[in-house]
Amino acid sequence: MPTLGFPLFPDQASTMAGRVDQLYFFLLGLSVFFAGLICILIIVFAVKYRRRSDDEQPQPIPGNLGLEIFWTLVPLGLTLVVFVWGARLFFVTYYPPNDALEINVVAKQWMWKAQHPEGHSEINELHIPSGKPVKLVMTSQDVIHDFFVPAFRVKKDVLPGRYTTLWFEASKPGSYHLFCSQYCGTQHSGMVGRIVVMEPTAFQAWLSGGAAGGSMASAGEKLFRSLGCVSCHLPNDAGRAPSLVGLLGKTVALQGGRSIVADENYVRESILEPNAKVVAGYQPIMPTFKGLVSEEGVMQILAYVKSLKREEGAQVKK
Amino acid sequence: MSDSNLAHAHQFDDAAQQHEASWLGMWIFLGTEIMFFGGMFLGYTVYRGDYPAAFADASNRLDITLGTINTAVLILSSFTMALAVRSAQLGARRPLIACLGLTMALGAVFLGIKFTEYYQKFVEHLVPGGGFGLSGPLAGAEQIFFSFYFAMTGMHALHMIIGLGLLTALIVKARRGRFSVAYNTPVEVIGLYWHFVDIVWIFLFPLLYLVGRHLQ
Amino acid sequence: MNAVIAAPRRHYLNVNYGLKSWLLTTDHKRIAWLYLIGVTFFFFIGGFFATLIRLELLTPQGDLVQAETYNKLFTMHGVTMIFFFLIPSIPAVLGNFLIPIMIGARDLAFPRLNLASWYIYMLGGLFTLAAAAAGGVDTGWTFYTPYSSIYSNTHVALTVVGIFVTGFSSILTGLNFIVTVHTMRAPGMTWFRLPLFVWAHYATSIIFILGTPVIAITLTLVALERLFHLGIFNPELGGDPLLFQHLFWFYSHPAVYIMILPGMGVISELIACFSRKRVFGYSFVAFSSLGIAVLSFLVWGHHMFVSGQSVYASMIFSLLSMLVAIPSAIKVFNWTATLYKGSISFDAPMLYSLGFIGLFTIGGLTGVFLASLGVDVHVHDTYFVIAHFHYIMVGSAVMAYLGGIHFWWPKMTGRKYPEPLARLAAIIIFLGFNLTFFPQFVLGYLGMPRRYHVYPPEFQVLNVMSSAGASILAVGYLLPLIYLIWSLRYGAVAGMNPWKAKGLEWEIPSPPPTDNFETTPLVTQEAYAYGVADAQAVYPSGEPANV
Repeated sequence: MPTLGFPLFPDQASTMAGRVDQLYFFLLGLSVFFAGLICILIIVFAVKYRRRSDDEQPQPIPGNLGLEIFWTLVPLGLTLVVFVWGARLFFVTYYPPNDALEINVVAKQWMWKAQHPEGHSEINELHIPSGKPVKLVMTSQDVIHDFFVPAFRVKKDVLPGRYTTLWFEASKPGSYHLFCSQYCGTQHSGMVGRIVVMEPTAFQAWLSGGAAGGSMASAGEKLFRSLGCVSCHLPNDAGRAPSLVGLLGKTVALQGGRSIVADENYVRESILEPNAKVVAGYQPIMPTFKGLVSEEGVMQILAYVKSLKREEGAQVKK
Repeated sequence: MSDSNLAHAHQFDDAAQQHEASWLGMWIFLGTEIMFFGGMFLGYTVYRGDYPAAFADASNRLDITLGTINTAVLILSSFTMALAVRSAQLGARRPLIACLGLTMALGAVFLGIKFTEYYQKFVEHLVPGGGFGLSGPLAGAEQIFFSFYFAMTGMHALHMIIGLGLLTALIVKARRGRFSVAYNTPVEVIGLYWHFVDIVWIFLFPLLYLVGRHLQ
Repeated sequence: MNAVIAAPRRHYLNVNYGLKSWLLTTDHKRIAWLYLIGVTFFFFIGGFFATLIRLELLTPQGDLVQAETYNKLFTMHGVTMIFFFLIPSIPAVLGNFLIPIMIGARDLAFPRLNLASWYIYMLGGLFTLAAAAAGGVDTGWTFYTPYSSIYSNTHVALTVVGIFVTGFSSILTGLNFIVTVHTMRAPGMTWFRLPLFVWAHYATSIIFILGTPVIAITLTLVALERLFHLGIFNPELGGDPLLFQHLFWFYSHPAVYIMILPGMGVISELIACFSRKRVFGYSFVAFSSLGIAVLSFLVWGHHMFVSGQSVYASMIFSLLSMLVAIPSAIKVFNWTATLYKGSISFDAPMLYSLGFIGLFTIGGLTGVFLASLGVDVHVHDTYFVIAHFHYIMVGSAVMAYLGGIHFWWPKMTGRKYPEPLARLAAIIIFLGFNLTFFPQFVLGYLGMPRRYHVYPPEFQVLNVMSSAGASILAVGYLLPLIYLIWSLRYGAVAGMNPWKAKGLEWEIPSPPPTDNFETTPLVTQEAYAYGVADAQAVYPSGEPANV
């Protein structure tokens, strides 16, 4: 890194960063080549063919089909290479690995709130372990924000009324900028923070520094009971509502013939807009919990539902 | 003006070029209007796809009798407008003025019925905003439906009001004898505009009034 | 053969005098001047906002203005520059002046509509200035909901009404151009004999009429939501935050091609004249203009790769965005090839053109970075994007505008501007521009987000470089303002064809008579007939309109 006293290039602190930078340097090389070519040609032609007498009249040259085809197909081929390369990278960033550590993020004007599954809650900071994939499930309480960590080369808008997700695997311990990068009002440029990447053992130590209130899933279970969900959503399908065991990732048949794969957004929507997607074979009798549960509460219930795994009729899993 | 068939604005070479330019200009303008209304149709389509039950419920709260009457009124007004264009092409001044007047009358009836409907909706607390009176799980999306209802029919009504203004201008010119067999382009192109406004309504009516309705 | 005299010959500027004769004119050439005054005014207003922005960004802290004010500054800078300068500039000034002349007509198809377009433009501008005076708007020129529709406490409705109104000016201008080119070409002026300037404006006009209405309705819906609490974009009711973005970018992406296509048309004219050669690959350049116009409507989602839209939509938009780069590349190669074996002179318009080609190439290539999904995730909403679009809008479009103004100044005014000063200004602008915006590419990749009032201290050096460049750029822009006005009175008198250029506009006097041509020309040769002996239009009643 240059010792100019200020950086010219960002840290590479995630497994993706190097790959993104590779594509970036390829594009940079292409750009230097073509921009350089054009600039050199312009300068050479300008000098070589400068007007030497006022009544000079060059021969007209109408065109050349071969050249046109050449300089259409070559850029086309190069941009298609760039497209495929970029699309493949994008695909990787879009789908988190199954074993990713999940952290919930709620954005609001003008701060970030992060919730670890064990219950730790952070404001404008996020502690994560290096060497492990981390998936963020994010929503906004008001306007559109954006979660941007330049050192990881990741970015995703954070929307009101929906979850968006992003994932990364930090490769280098350290402290990195977190920026909000979707203009969100007065303190948009103040909505910044730090991602603190720790070695896994140090991270475990930080975690066991105790979080008040218990894990997300246990908080979610408390809400599941206090809001009355448990009275209809029995573990087998005997209740008035479908069982939620093993729901995430399952294909659900809906009324009207459609079916969808249950994801975080589906669970959130079912809590807040229960009649949007009614499961086939059930009555649309679920009341809405909009206004009765906060976004954090929804995330806790979600964590609880995710913890209801596999075995039919299994009780609560801690 | 005995040589009115030769008269044309100074930038044109001849009357035929002027006519072609006017005609092309109006069609291009109608193209922009399609894009203008198109944005609202797109938004409507997205939300109807997201909230079919709410849209059906909200649509059933509209007065289908008044809506149907209005549709008939507007189609009839397009007929009288076409008759007006035909009269102009034949140089028939009195029928032209009569047909333009009829078209205006029908347009006014349409607007009267429309504003009656708006008033009804106000009384029923179905105007979006603080006073929106529905509640329940579908209420949010129903408010979105009514937002589109007012925005789309309101924009349509605005275009009709502009149309009435244009027709007034045509009647004034017709009374002064400005149109003839040789020169009737303004009637023709404003006829195109009127027909377009009618067609927009023909799309609005089923999308707003007929969602989830079945013949008994 | 009469010598050119500066004695009182009647032309469009002196045919009558007085404010009324200007404010009620239907002469396309006078209307072009009305627009020139308007766009120049708004350019310097937008420049004033930019000056304050770059001053604030000299330091990492927010010490010049408060956060709220800063947010209003970048919003107003964007709104003013885009809607009130860049979009109208070349079409409404140079397009209005030249298109009828270039096709051999006496005026546009609808002269009164043309005047109405100017009034509409000024009315829209007035609304927006009123919003600024009343305290401004802080949503960013992109007006994303729900911030703009619900949360902002600033004058959103007033501003969007101003933009809505001005949009009609664009629509009517585009309509006028298309009808004119279709129906009023002089005998012999076939489509493929049209100057590329006309092709470029025709393509731009397609975008004007198909795209502008969509932003009109989108902003109308935002205004209705703010004023009457319609709930279309309200997430509480189930509103989709992405719907606004799709509607907005459906226009605003093609809009950026509205801002560059006319400039490309200017460059074709200038390169041909100052190389004394016809443009290499004429039909390829013409079709590229149309291709850009069509493709521009298919790529809007590349502004939304990280918005939460589906991964498949993003991939399709990325692919299409690669395609839209190709016609622009074709043009760059053809312009460069035009220089080959030409006879090149370095008057100010040519300096602007050569600068355009280089800067547009850089700007366009960085567009490929942004179209590429893998890289865009990192640089979206950072200074990389800002640098990219300023290379196109300022490094290219504004330079093309200035080049065109200088080139046709003798025709419009009958006067020459001072050439050495003009060349100096062009060089100052080129250098100042690069110093301002090149560091922003680096800042963007480092991760400095857009629209940031304060920033981490390690970004300061690059920001200082950028602000230093901006001060040089400001000087460069002030110079033409001064010497062009000076030349109206003191500039050397220009003859009919001071550049020895080809084109119908160079076969009529400088300044032209009100009706442009004494007799309708009969066109018999190709565009840019440099090197063809005695190539000029025939004027059927015997003589050319003037010697």
